[in-house]
Amino acid sequence: MRVLTKGNIALAEGAIQAGCKFYFGYPITPQNDIPEYLAKHLPRVGGTFIPAESEIASINMILGASAAGARAMTSSSGPGISLMQEGFSYLAGSELPAVIVNIMRIGPGLGGIAPTQGDYNQAVHGGGHGDYRNIVLAPASCQEMFDLTIKAFELADKYRNPAMILADAMVGQFQEPCRLTPKDPVIIPQKPWALTGAKGRPAQLIKSLFLGPGEMEIHNLDLKKKYDTMEQNEVMYETRHLDDADIMIIAFGTPSRIAKTAIQFLRQEGVRAGLLRPITLFPFPSKAIHEYSRRIHKVLVVEMNTGQMLRDVQLACHNGTKVYFYGRPGGGIPYPDDIMAQVKKIL
Amino acid sequence: MQAVFTRPKTLKDTPTHFCPGCTHGIAHRIVAEVIDELSIREKTIGIPGVGCCVFLYKYLDIDVLEAPHGRAPACATGMKRVLPDRIIFAYQGDGDMASIGTAEVIHAANRGENITVIYINNSVYGMTGGQMAPTTLLGQQTTTTPYGRNFRTEGYPIRMAEMLATLEGVAYSARVALHKPKYVMQAKKAVEKAFTMQINEMGFSVVEMLSTCNTNWRVSPTEAIDKLENEMIPYFPLGVFKERTGKDFL
Repeated sequence: MRVLTKGNIALAEGAIQAGCKFYFGYPITPQNDIPEYLAKHLPRVGGTFIPAESEIASINMILGASAAGARAMTSSSGPGISLMQEGFSYLAGSELPAVIVNIMRIGPGLGGIAPTQGDYNQAVHGGGHGDYRNIVLAPASCQEMFDLTIKAFELADKYRNPAMILADAMVGQFQEPCRLTPKDPVIIPQKPWALTGAKGRPAQLIKSLFLGPGEMEIHNLDLKKKYDTMEQNEVMYETRHLDDADIMIIAFGTPSRIAKTAIQFLRQEGVRAGLLRPITLFPFPSKAIHEYSRRIHKVLVVEMNTGQMLRDVQLACHNGTKVYFYGRPGGGIPYPDDIMAQVKKIL
Repeated sequence: MQAVFTRPKTLKDTPTHFCPGCTHGIAHRIVAEVIDELSIREKTIGIPGVGCCVFLYKYLDIDVLEAPHGRAPACATGMKRVLPDRIIFAYQGDGDMASIGTAEVIHAANRGENITVIYINNSVYGMTGGQMAPTTLLGQQTTTTPYGRNFRTEGYPIRMAEMLATLEGVAYSARVALHKPKYVMQAKKAVEKAFTMQINEMGFSVVEMLSTCNTNWRVSPTEAIDKLENEMIPYFPLGVFKERTGKDFL
């Protein structure tokens, strides 16, 4: 059965369905529906909500809960996510799973609460210190807010790595009919590495400090292998009308939906445009983009920023592909007309 | 022959990284003895902060999670909510707990988190090379107060045990010292009390331990003991600042 649900609520219910029993967070707009929903509904599944004193405390409560073997989540937006970066680095360095939600707001600084994709670089290319990657999932619908949250918990546990849901405020706020039950049964894996007290086994340690000669390099190379495996096995993307396309639009989140409308209108006018929508931003669908760009020589990247995913697309594209960009970085949403005008200018 | 003094089971037989003359190792031994005597080794998890205390896992044979600088009480909070029947303690120095981690410790204490914090106060940043801590005494020279700490520019040394004792969620707050046998015995009693408070689900417990840092104080080990006695204790008085007798907060 489908119910009319807001993106943020679908995400919060997804966390509960994924077996997340521990949520710690600090209020910031436009993601407050998530902690408010979980404060109300976690107790019904025997879970715990703590209104933490700061985002720094939230992410470190997650660190402790995750080390104890639990599925744990926090959510925030822009400035709050910036404060958590140290924690992401520690989670990655300590190989601890966790789900972090960033419902992006415009920045830099206090910026504003309107939708944006300005945190792409921070989410995908680091933000915290050291040589690490977050798994980054980018939902574009209420249904995906639910489904990809469950997926984020699976991937976080599978790789013992932080996974981020990176959504803009539009996806968080709009309402759509949504199926709030998991497609597949949720299986929470055993975690023999968790710290539970050394009963009947040798004492265990979870750490990220490696001072011995060469130890840190070995650790970083091991982490790199893990990220390489993710790139081989976990890439997700959606395509539309690419078989005969003369131009490939690449967009994620809200702009990808607007691009779909633009493509529909363009096709009615006889303009053959298609879409590639990355669902995983790390691992990035570089191979797929490369393959499509061998045949489709014109690419238009549409983002709600000044061109952050653009760099990854440029690196992925086949030599000789012309990559164009259209961006709205100030909280403005691109209209289908805007995208159609850009496409017509290029073709 | 009857053994009258042995290594606690929980304390690993390994050389220590602490400087000769440092009293920090005594804190480890006290915690290990108390864990043994309360028979809680198999359900205790330690969470050290950053600095000289970070190598807790090298000395204590228990599960250990390394926390980011200052965040051990938040990590302990998350862990205790998952595992309410385990004994979870944070282990922090003064730079960790009284400076970068003040928010985390105050709010964990105020929530009455049923955890214990062992807080080593040697009035200086040890591992990073002797910089000023919030607990550095007035007039004390450090690498970042080369002319001595001046309250007009650096403020006053912060008394954590007293401050935490004012919070409703705190079950036990005490300050002890580690530099002489009689103090060590008092320190052990305080740690035992703090862990017992946690076992009895009384709320947050903290033991502040005055410790020497002869290396960064730039004095000999024996002079460091005198300094602790004559300069630290007058500013950081020893004693129990709060002790709950019942679960009156519930």
